Amino acid sequence: MSIPKDFKYTFSHEWIKIEDDKALIGVTDYAQDKLGDVVFVELPKVGTEIEAGHEAVVIESVKTAADVYTPLSGKITKVNTLLDKDPSFINSGPYGKGWIFEIEIRDKRELEKLIDAQVYENKISED
Amino acid sequence: MEKSSGLIFEKSSRGRKAFSLPEAAMPETEIESLIPGKYLRKNLRFPEISELDIVRHFTHLASKNFNVDGNFYPLGSCTMKYNPKVNEDIASMEKFRDIHPMFPEKYVQGILSLLKEMEEMLCRITAMDAFCLYPAAGAHGEFLGMLLIRAYHERKGKIRKKIIVPDSSHGTNPSSVHMAGYEVVSIASDKNGEVDLEALESALDEEVAAFMMTNPNTLGLFESKILEIAEKVHSRGALLYYDGANLNPLLGICRPGDMGFDVVHLNLHKTFSTPHGGGGPGSGPVGVKKHLVPFLPVPVIEEKDGGLILNRQKPQSVGSIKSFFGNVGVIIKAYSYIKALGDEGLKRTGKLSVLNANYLKQKLKGSYHLPFDKTCMHEFVLSAKKQLDSGIHAVDIAKGLIDRGIHPPTVYFPMIVEEAIMIEPTETESKNTLDEFVNTMKEIAGLAAKTPEILKKAPIKMSVKRLDEVQAARVLDVCWNFEKPEDEGQEDG
Repeated sequence: MSIPKDFKYTFSHEWIKIEDDKALIGVTDYAQDKLGDVVFVELPKVGTEIEAGHEAVVIESVKTAADVYTPLSGKITKVNTLLDKDPSFINSGPYGKGWIFEIEIRDKRELEKLIDAQVYENKISED
Repeated sequence: MEKSSGLIFEKSSRGRKAFSLPEAAMPETEIESLIPGKYLRKNLRFPEISELDIVRHFTHLASKNFNVDGNFYPLGSCTMKYNPKVNEDIASMEKFRDIHPMFPEKYVQGILSLLKEMEEMLCRITAMDAFCLYPAAGAHGEFLGMLLIRAYHERKGKIRKKIIVPDSSHGTNPSSVHMAGYEVVSIASDKNGEVDLEALESALDEEVAAFMMTNPNTLGLFESKILEIAEKVHSRGALLYYDGANLNPLLGICRPGDMGFDVVHLNLHKTFSTPHGGGGPGSGPVGVKKHLVPFLPVPVIEEKDGGLILNRQKPQSVGSIKSFFGNVGVIIKAYSYIKALGDEGLKRTGKLSVLNANYLKQKLKGSYHLPFDKTCMHEFVLSAKKQLDSGIHAVDIAKGLIDRGIHPPTVYFPMIVEEAIMIEPTETESKNTLDEFVNTMKEIAGLAAKTPEILKKAPIKMSVKRLDEVQAARVLDVCWNFEKPEDEGQEDG
């Protein structure tokens, strides 16, 4: 199970790639594996302000539908519209082409709550 | 002869008719002179076939239908019990069937008294103070429940924003919460599969309007701390909502109202044996405690001058939620079921549903992983985790059952169990059927271990073989393509 070292993570299986004031967010390899083949992704609207811990995205797979929570508060600046046409990028490249949205970080203190790759790896090996 | 399968459009032949009308008594008028041309579609492609071919087409389709009258249907959470035929006879009696919902009250005293008595019986079964029979199905009942909870808090002058649900809840729960404009707060279950009291405690702030749960929960486990839960929820001014999908095992044994629930919805089409699963319609009555009675939908059936009336003068009511009086035919069937069983019969129903589920659980736990190994109620959840090593998933086991004439259990739910297989036999199955199911499940576990490649191909005996579900969902195509347009003229969107 791939867990890039330079990303941050949440216990609810989102990854966060921080680039200055912005963060790119997606779901982890572990999450996509558990979800199974993704068939639909309901993306948030660009420009929406959302609060940390709230539902930002819904991913539907053949097995289930799952919410993706934003670990950071702020304005959504970009969404991966590629997923509208081909949601399977979440499965084939969860950390690359399968990124979901970009957010403008409102409160840098929220970054302290994120976990690093090692802690995330420990968490999923417990499951 | 495979000729009778295929779509009805494929059997169509231009100009063929299934009717012959007598000559019109009135002079015929061109349709164009009655309806403006822009509203007329010239290229409507209705199938054109003979009466016999229509009959064959639908008879053939009907014979492909899987139903509880034909085979075992252990679909967890759905309570696919046998639907006694006498209920159908009673609901289709002329005196019920031929009444019109717009008849004045004085002509329909019979059906009104039946509905009133049904409300009272449901109150007695659940320990609630009043019932509304109108919701058309479980989720409709949940939605009404949410509206009642909102009305209650508004009346108290405090608009609360959140509803808590356990992470094992039925999918309709968070959906209904959303639909009613509330925010969903999901809390994790504890290691025993029950509501985690600490998680509940920390989620219960003053914005919480209600805690919505089912008991037994979706793992088929009785929430042993229910009284404590009720106490906690009420102490914060929130209400406790009961999703009645899992009421079956409790019938005649214990009642949601006694556990502290303020609002309940029932699924007459589950617990009270009315047909469902493509064959509906359903019925999802909602019961409430005294403090919510003023908000119930109108009209309310009330006694007046020795008769029954439909009272619409309820200023605090959430209003009307369904045309007329709900699915009355379904209510009659459930009424007939309750009357036929009586108190003792209902109690036996609950007990046998628990016995049957525990019998299957004990027999199957060697062949499949059982995540919560304790006495269950009317259903239990296995996991296909053991079978994963040979590449077999819950879905493959489900497909294998289809080939063997058994409806698959609910799979991949509840979501807190990996590769979940949720089995609910119901009380109406004999020990022979249960034993056959056990043998079949063991046979499939054997296949999974030894020849998984065979199981991966299932179903092979059905008219439709293994479908590519991923492709079907990603490239959804539900329109029949007419290859050769039969008519010139404008295309319709």
